[in-house]
Amino acid sequence: MIWQFDIILLIFLVVTAVISLRVKDLLAASMVFGTYSFLICLLWAGMGAVDVAFTEATVGAGISAVILIATVYNTRRDSSD
Amino acid sequence: MKWVGLIAVLFTGGLLLSAMDDFPKWGDAHSPANASPVSQYYIEKTIEDSGVPNMVTAVLADYRGYDTMFETVVVLIAGIAIMAILRVMNQIPGGARPSPRHEIGDHHDIIIGTTCRLLIPVLQLFALYVIAHGHHSPGGGFQGGVILGASFILTAIAQGLDPALERLPEKSYVKLAFAGVVIYSGFGVMCLLLGENFLDYGVLHVLLPGIDAAEARSHSMLGVEVGVAFTVSAIMFAIYANLASKGELEGGL
Repeated sequence: MIWQFDIILLIFLVVTAVISLRVKDLLAASMVFGTYSFLICLLWAGMGAVDVAFTEATVGAGISAVILIATVYNTRRDSSD
Repeated sequence: MKWVGLIAVLFTGGLLLSAMDDFPKWGDAHSPANASPVSQYYIEKTIEDSGVPNMVTAVLADYRGYDTMFETVVVLIAGIAIMAILRVMNQIPGGARPSPRHEIGDHHDIIIGTTCRLLIPVLQLFALYVIAHGHHSPGGGFQGGVILGASFILTAIAQGLDPALERLPEKSYVKLAFAGVVIYSGFGVMCLLLGENFLDYGVLHVLLPGIDAAEARSHSMLGVEVGVAFTVSAIMFAIYANLASKGELEGGL
């Protein structure tokens, strides 16, 4: 693990987490949430937990973002809070 | 009220941060996770017991086979619950909230269609590789199954839900999902019938002549991973198809 790389990833992680919570557009929030999952996947891979990273990439960054977007399309796109 | 929430969050966050200090260092050989006799056993004996280089898969599919079997069942139940809730909500008058139908783009875009036609076979081949090679390299039934399901979801996004459901209709994916759990538990029952414990694959070597118990474990891991992949891929597609069309299985995104 290269600590400079880690710091950048962690900063992006906090930024994407805050954005996906604060943004009003739920479609944008779902996509940022996918980015958040992908950053976590990179952190897992950096720590050598490759199997977990693989699962995070497929389930977290892949499928769950798609499922969230499918749900947003059938409900409302703007968040009320 | 907002202030109370903020104070609670800051307090809990500070508590967690101060507790972080007591965590063992990353990769510490004396941390409880690394030093316990159980992990020592997994690390030292996996190759001897089953000849599987990826000990994560060995732990998931062999040593803790029960966990993975019931995880598969959980995935199955989650998918069925989503289908059931969406169907029931559609039947209750006023149950499903009416929502504005979004403008659905036409599904005959030549760029997207051609790209997906080229991409989907590669994706499915990679998924099969991940499933089949899961006990030798990172991967396994869950990851491969999700990639396989994602390839069907990509079909549904690129060509519309109806062509995708023609290829994998509801009857088929429900059967596939249950077949996965039956395959997994079938391996366990076979072990029971041959006089060993449930999911103790070593005894299965009598069924395949010419291999020893360690190889039988390795091959059985592949078998149960295939079962996991069946269930996961079918359920992933089922969840998408039902959520995208509000349980009506037509139209969709």
